[in-house]
Amino acid sequence: MSQSLRPYLTAVRHSLEAALTLSNFSSQEVERHNRPEIEVPIQSAELLLQPMHISRNEHEQVLIEPSVNSVRVNIMVKQADEIEQILVHKFTRFLEQRAEAFYILRRVPIKGYSISFLITNKHTESMKNGKLIDFIIEFMEEVDKEISEMKLFLNARARFVAEEYLSEFVY
Amino acid sequence: MDKAVVSIFKLIKAPIYSHCLSQDKSLLAITCENKCLIYKINPASKTPQLVATLDNHDKTVTAVDISIHGRIVTCSQDRNAYVWEPLSDGTYRPTLVLLRINRAATCVSWAPNGYKFAVGSSARIIAVCYYEQENNWWVSKHIKKPIKSTINSLSWHYNGVLLASGGTDGFMRIFSGFIKGLDSKEIMANSPWGSKFPFGTLVREQYCGGAYIHDVQWRSNVEKVAFVTHDGTLNILDYQGTLQSVNSPDGLPYKSLLWVNDHEILCAGYNCHPTMFSESSQGWKFSRDYDKVAVSNILKDSSNNLNTNPSNQQFNNSLNNDNVNDDENPTFGISALKKFKELDLKGKVSLEQKEGAHENTIVGLIPFVESNGQITQVSSCGLDGKVVIYNI
Repeated sequence: MSQSLRPYLTAVRHSLEAALTLSNFSSQEVERHNRPEIEVPIQSAELLLQPMHISRNEHEQVLIEPSVNSVRVNIMVKQADEIEQILVHKFTRFLEQRAEAFYILRRVPIKGYSISFLITNKHTESMKNGKLIDFIIEFMEEVDKEISEMKLFLNARARFVAEEYLSEFVY
Repeated sequence: MDKAVVSIFKLIKAPIYSHCLSQDKSLLAITCENKCLIYKINPASKTPQLVATLDNHDKTVTAVDISIHGRIVTCSQDRNAYVWEPLSDGTYRPTLVLLRINRAATCVSWAPNGYKFAVGSSARIIAVCYYEQENNWWVSKHIKKPIKSTINSLSWHYNGVLLASGGTDGFMRIFSGFIKGLDSKEIMANSPWGSKFPFGTLVREQYCGGAYIHDVQWRSNVEKVAFVTHDGTLNILDYQGTLQSVNSPDGLPYKSLLWVNDHEILCAGYNCHPTMFSESSQGWKFSRDYDKVAVSNILKDSSNNLNTNPSNQQFNNSLNNDNVNDDENPTFGISALKKFKELDLKGKVSLEQKEGAHENTIVGLIPFVESNGQITQVSSCGLDGKVVIYNI
């Protein structure tokens, strides 16, 4: 792990530990509703807590938006060039289409971020907090590796295809 | 298992939001989704026996309390509260309480004399309810001002008039819950909190930085009220208005507190184990943890975690070899196989890792065994569906 990645992930881990202190909270605006307060547009201001923005550099950032019964974790995945942009888009899209099997994944990321998680009190009640945090941290570690691996594979394949194709023209 | 843990009852799979014991500690009531379950605690048999299920609510039951006469009150997010009268054949007869609120009821507490109770709600209202003989109903009077947000917790003073409340607006408020014809004025004669207490008077207000208040508890004989807030502090307010605060050593907020005696408070919450705070001449400070899990390798990243087990290590080595091969010759099939092998190892717990009695947040603490003003055993309930008895 590179030198600056560790403090970055440590900061994210501790912020998540603090943010994942959720309670079951029934809506005070709408009768008989119980909804993630962070996702509700018009609401009481006291139910939203201070968002936490952790940034490693301009390409890698995390925004944690806590509220009384839900936390939104937005991750910006490193995208150095156009190929990586395409790969990240395809990769996150693949995951988001399977969001209901993923429980904490938000179907659409927040503007400016590659992928968003929405953790509600239902999740923290049925899963262990520590494991949830481990999962997100692991995801952040893995996704960079995955993307660069895919990029290498893509390049290798492109080279191979080009070679095959161009060898036809050698006499 | 830690020495402090006496017994663990894994009662249900759903989270328990509130639990309560009857006066003689023979009945245990817990909330379970939209039901309330009543268990009989039998010292002879190890686990509590389910004796009754109270299921009139159609949304999550948020709180339950048992009065000194054995009446059970439950309140729920469906905006209703029921009083359950015990019948001779062991069943309960429900009576709907006219709460007149249009949002969820969040907390409920019987007054010490058992003739009235208070219900906190998301409608920014505290309803103080009492029985009206003429109509054969539980009716309510409302305290509305100046509550600005959901009430999380309520606690009655032993005199049955002063009612402390705390909620998400960050104000700890003490109201008067005096009901004419039910309470006598004599009981408040020498109260240090004021002289006149008509219903709904705001007796005291304490703001603490806007953090949510999760729990409020009175200590009547020293005229102090303690409350825990979402910024991870325990605050103690006395009648002179002196506020003392002490921070949680783990940095995580507490959901519940309990006065063990006049100078000790037990807190529990998101750190999943109880913590004792005590008062000395220098003020309140942290004294000890119960059943704390020693966390040594919390910052170890996941790849290192896999190596803790020797058999895993071997397997990992073989994986690493695969890795080398992959770099030389990227074959899709093998990398997919490797991926599944890795997925299989994900989230695996090494056996050495110890677990505390509670695996999730503790949301309630109540006294279990008391002897002359000192609580010696405490019962706690948690979001993991467990009730745990601790020796203090």
